[in-house]
Amino acid sequence: MKPVGELIAELYADEWGRITSSVIRLTGDWDLAEECAQDAFAKALERWPVDGVPPRPGGWLYTTARNRAIDRLRRAQNEKSKLAQVAAEVELAPTVAEVGSVIPDDRLELMFACCHPALTTEAQVALTLRTLAGLDTAQIARALLVTEKTMSQRLVRAKNKVRHAGIPFRVPPEHLLPERLNAVLAVLYLLFNEGYSASRGNDLVRADLTGEAIRLTRLLVGFMPDEPEARGLLALMLLHDARSLTRVDDAGEFTPLESQDRSHWQRGQIDEAVSILDDAARRRRAGPYQLQAAIAACHATAASTEDTDWPQIALLYKELGRLTPNPVVELNRAVAVAMASGPEAGLEIIAALEAADSLSGYHLLAATKADLLRRAGRLAAAADAYRLAIDQAGTAPERRYLERRLATLA
Amino acid sequence: MKYLLLVCTDGEPFDVDPAELNPDAWVNEMDGRGIRVMGDRLRPPSDATTVRVRNGETLITDGPFVETKEFVGGFDILDCADLDEAIEVASKHPMAKVGMLELRPFWPL
Repeated sequence: MKPVGELIAELYADEWGRITSSVIRLTGDWDLAEECAQDAFAKALERWPVDGVPPRPGGWLYTTARNRAIDRLRRAQNEKSKLAQVAAEVELAPTVAEVGSVIPDDRLELMFACCHPALTTEAQVALTLRTLAGLDTAQIARALLVTEKTMSQRLVRAKNKVRHAGIPFRVPPEHLLPERLNAVLAVLYLLFNEGYSASRGNDLVRADLTGEAIRLTRLLVGFMPDEPEARGLLALMLLHDARSLTRVDDAGEFTPLESQDRSHWQRGQIDEAVSILDDAARRRRAGPYQLQAAIAACHATAASTEDTDWPQIALLYKELGRLTPNPVVELNRAVAVAMASGPEAGLEIIAALEAADSLSGYHLLAATKADLLRRAGRLAAAADAYRLAIDQAGTAPERRYLERRLATLA
Repeated sequence: MKYLLLVCTDGEPFDVDPAELNPDAWVNEMDGRGIRVMGDRLRPPSDATTVRVRNGETLITDGPFVETKEFVGGFDILDCADLDEAIEVASKHPMAKVGMLELRPFWPL
């Protein structure tokens, strides 16, 4: 048998969001939901080692939290409206002993509430991590590189906005769904990317955030199995994550795709992602996440850089650029075109990007140009472009990688 | 939930047919749905009077409290199920196409 502490830690990942969402459904009070979820886990840590683990641990946690919420509201005698609401509910509520196998699950409703467009993106991300994933304020602050005080204020403000502005706690109706689902997917992807490539600081990988993002996206796919873009996003995350160990070498240095040791990619996870993506594609509603996942799958399933299906990748980028016009997509297309048809063809696309001035100051434009110039044998121009990229790069490992590249030209 | 819908403009002339900005159809629809409690247009800030009492003395000034290019040109009080309904109602207001609509939830006592 597992140690109780380990079991509770495992339950935490799934049960936290389930508890908070159902207590919010019951009381409409986000703070109360968090406090009661916290209390329930604290009580489990205290009681289970003594009394033994209950037959339905999840049900026990939920019932404990819910009873605590009702208790707290009962005591708040002056809040009459809440009491009336709960009184109606209490008559129907079973006692701890009666709890069956069905624990209410309102996590999908909670996802849509956390990612409501009336909240700022920062607030959406913070609320999702706190209420749904159960990270505490200090953890979220560390993960998102802000002070604990800032994060605490952000969460208070976000929860006030939810309560005061009447942000609904439900799955949006059909006509709002595509737009609102996109907001949820955007938050999950942002979360993943925050973890995958830190925009500041020295850590290239903050695995806890990528893990949370994958877990929540899996949950979303489970709730909405007919949404191909949710599956596309899950496949995309799994594919990136399957290669994450090889992105940084033992010394913490950034390693580009072409130099990564492909035998260390997580094959099983890549296979899973490809099958999720196939399933999404069968629904014949292509979207940006599916296209990005398809590109990632081309890379992840190729035996080497040379064996990669670059013409297919160039086509996928073209389609992605058509759906979501974006100069970074065009920059990526330049790389694929260069691999498929030679560096000069890629440099033509780069020249067009430079003329449009839409990526000025972006270090990867200069870095990509430098690589293509190097491959074309134009070494002096390549060196200038590397120097510019080094000036513009945001993280130390990226700068060091570019400096090594520059040094190989000499 | 009750919301105050503030119909704001930036003071620039509109480049649309004034008939398109006629709110009558919107008013009729929202009255019919039992959402619009009341509402009206407001005279411009130049017709505003600002009142303050300091040390027992009533100070009266001509003009608005803050001088801005943007101003509130009208308002409606809405009674909606939640913010999503209020957003839907606001987005149907003809002024949404040329101005800005601000939804402010009531703060019940």
